[in-house]
Amino acid sequence: MGGFNLGDLWFVIAAIFWAGFFVLEGFDFGVGMLHSFIGRNDLERRVVLNTVGPVWDGNEVWLIVAGAVIFAAFPGWYATMFSSLYLALVLVLAALMARGVSFEYQRKFDDPRWRSSWRWAMTVGSALIPLLLGVGLGDLLHGLPINSSHNFTGSFLDLLTPFGLWSGLTLLVLSLLMGATYLTLKTTGELHERAQKASAVIGAVAILVTFGFMTWIHVGLSTGFVPKPIEALGLMAVIGAAWAASAKAEGWAFTAAAIGMAGTVGALFSELYPRVMISSTSAAYNLTIANSASPSYTLKVMTVVAVIFFPIVLVYQAWGYHVFRKRLSVPRVGGDESEDAAPPTGTTTTADAS
Amino acid sequence: MNPLDLARWQFASTSIYHFLFVPVTIGLAFLVALLQTAWYRNGDDTYRRLARFFGSLLLINVAVGVVTGLIQEFEFGMNWSAYSRLVGNVFGGPLAMEGLVAFFLESTFLGIWIFGWNRLSKKAHLACIWLVAAGTMLSAAFIMAANSWMQHPVGYTTNNSTHQPQLNNIWALFTNPVFLWGYTHVVVASLVTGAAIMLGVSAWHLYRKNQVDAFRRTAVISMVVLLPTVAFNLFVGSELGVVEGKYQPMKIAAAEALWTTCPSHCSFSLFQIGGGKNDETPTQILEVPDLLSILATNHVDGEVQGLNNLNAQYQKEYGPGNYIPNVFIQYWSMRVMAYLGTLVFLFALWGAWLLYRHKLDRARWFLRIAPWVVILPFLINTAGWMLTENGRQPWIVQGLMLTKNGVSSSVSATDLWISLVVFYLIYAVLGVSAAWLMIRYGRRSIGDDPLAKLTSEGEGGPGSTGRPGGTGTTSSTDAELGSSHEDEDEFALVY
Repeated sequence: MGGFNLGDLWFVIAAIFWAGFFVLEGFDFGVGMLHSFIGRNDLERRVVLNTVGPVWDGNEVWLIVAGAVIFAAFPGWYATMFSSLYLALVLVLAALMARGVSFEYQRKFDDPRWRSSWRWAMTVGSALIPLLLGVGLGDLLHGLPINSSHNFTGSFLDLLTPFGLWSGLTLLVLSLLMGATYLTLKTTGELHERAQKASAVIGAVAILVTFGFMTWIHVGLSTGFVPKPIEALGLMAVIGAAWAASAKAEGWAFTAAAIGMAGTVGALFSELYPRVMISSTSAAYNLTIANSASPSYTLKVMTVVAVIFFPIVLVYQAWGYHVFRKRLSVPRVGGDESEDAAPPTGTTTTADAS
Repeated sequence: MNPLDLARWQFASTSIYHFLFVPVTIGLAFLVALLQTAWYRNGDDTYRRLARFFGSLLLINVAVGVVTGLIQEFEFGMNWSAYSRLVGNVFGGPLAMEGLVAFFLESTFLGIWIFGWNRLSKKAHLACIWLVAAGTMLSAAFIMAANSWMQHPVGYTTNNSTHQPQLNNIWALFTNPVFLWGYTHVVVASLVTGAAIMLGVSAWHLYRKNQVDAFRRTAVISMVVLLPTVAFNLFVGSELGVVEGKYQPMKIAAAEALWTTCPSHCSFSLFQIGGGKNDETPTQILEVPDLLSILATNHVDGEVQGLNNLNAQYQKEYGPGNYIPNVFIQYWSMRVMAYLGTLVFLFALWGAWLLYRHKLDRARWFLRIAPWVVILPFLINTAGWMLTENGRQPWIVQGLMLTKNGVSSSVSATDLWISLVVFYLIYAVLGVSAAWLMIRYGRRSIGDDPLAKLTSEGEGGPGSTGRPGGTGTTSSTDAELGSSHEDEDEFALVY
């Protein structure tokens, strides 16, 4: 291996965008899945969804950029990955559409059937996306039938590798954990209590699946017994998140869950390096950074753009989170549903009043 | 159908569908920003209500525009992997920049804008909507730079051993003449679309004498935007034709169904009968002398090359094959675009005359017709893209790669059928929902909240803002300003 070059840098950037996408959108997937269960009426569900209302769209752009980064920096990887995962991505796109539109459309019309259709679109869509993308990312490491011209030679069923499915499950559960812990930070009253209970239960499950995931990488995929630091960190963080969730240390639970998510996605990418997509047909057909990266001019241009704009993006996205940092309460309906949610000033827009 | 046809069909459908929503987003974001600026400047609450009213129409569109844009991005890798593999190092660049520079800006600040009415200072909140508007226009710039590269590839060298085009000058992509004219054409067309919608909605209310004071203002604003933009775009469109005629002569020849080269003073046929794929002698009706020469070259005596001559040239250059795009689509998409564009221009002139005579808000026929005129920009935009993209065929990148060589070889016809059906079903549901919501929200009175039931149960409007509180129920017909239901809608519910 030569020194660290631009191709390696862009592999790391791609990994950061995928991990960033799962960290940020992870909790709004979690919120999307949980809103049907933690919210028990339209109003509560709306409050739950509104905890991510201002930010989910910006979070989703991380996926667009994660895809586009691979397109620009590793066209060969983009081509093989997206055409291999074809039907899985069709479902991801369908789920993204149904869910994305649901945020806006669900509230636009007050009719039980309209509301419940969009509600389930939100719930199921939010579950399918991390699951299927997790399957796809897991498959990159597990290996797919790819021939010498880097074309996929399998079918949809070949995508459902056991390791891929487990990766999908892991990301799904971690999204739930992030969503539940996020809700403990952003709600009050009964919603808050339910979110707390949910996060404790999900935390225990998350430890199991994450432990399984890390073990599978090392034992199942025989990458050696010694875990990489990022993997150890990921697993420790998930354990910490579960513990903090049951101890009601909400801020710590969410932070640890986020680190756990980043560590899990990071684990996939760090095990892949310097490959980007493994061929189960022959190691000679693996896609690597070297054989799929763009020429250096493109990478240099992209580096300049990223160095200038990425920090700016981080600043204004962080500002967005800062603006909407307050907890949300259920407005008083008839006065009996959420006593402790009613703010002292008498107005029901708690966050606004404080 | 074979995988190639299916993949083409799918991409064409996605693009056309996507571009129903994009111009509305670009146009309305700008107009909403104008309305909110008016509120910021003079503090008249009517403008705030109008900004929110048209803002809700904007949001209905953005939701679909964003997700269909995502499909397009994915489709490059899914359906056109050979294309992506070959030119991703050039074409992918602007796409990644679009995400990093424009999408983040647009999406982040849109979220903050939606929920930020009561949480930000007026100034910061106004800045948010302007950043959204800037983001939409920036994003169009990047994707148009990428598309223009497919029409007229620049800024690359061909690798000697792999024969792969490799980016060597990123600025060339953004100074590409096809980009400069094409981008202007698209953004101005979006403003036309947004203005037509605002005018149509305002006219619908003015015709019913509903909230005349408020909708008179948006009628005037939209007229002020509509007339110059539509006039300007007729000019930009014709200049774009000249530029494309230079780099893609086949596109222009096909748009004219001109089979043999016309040396000078070429006439333009207003209509023709026949002229399908192999019909080289269509009956041309109402020929306007010299007009084709002017449109294609800016000179009355310019030469316009014919399809057969061009095809012979291309065969010499690129090898045997048929390099002629579908002439029927080309001929008619050009005319639908140009004729309907002219119609919108005439309509805008009518409106300007009424405005000048101070009769805009009482001109019954004008107000009755204006809501129907909203359909025209959508037809024009679609025809424009069909002209551009069909005219590029059989190339996926002009002169560099044929469309048939760009398709994914590992994707079967079955895969494509499944995805086509799934996408069509979703498009249908989303399209119907979006159109229905647009109409429903367009017809309500400003300050009305269709969720009044939920809101009025939950609250009587935020007391802290000191604006008129909710009256409990709402009626969309008699609600005049001041007495209308408080429009602090679902957003205020929790933030």
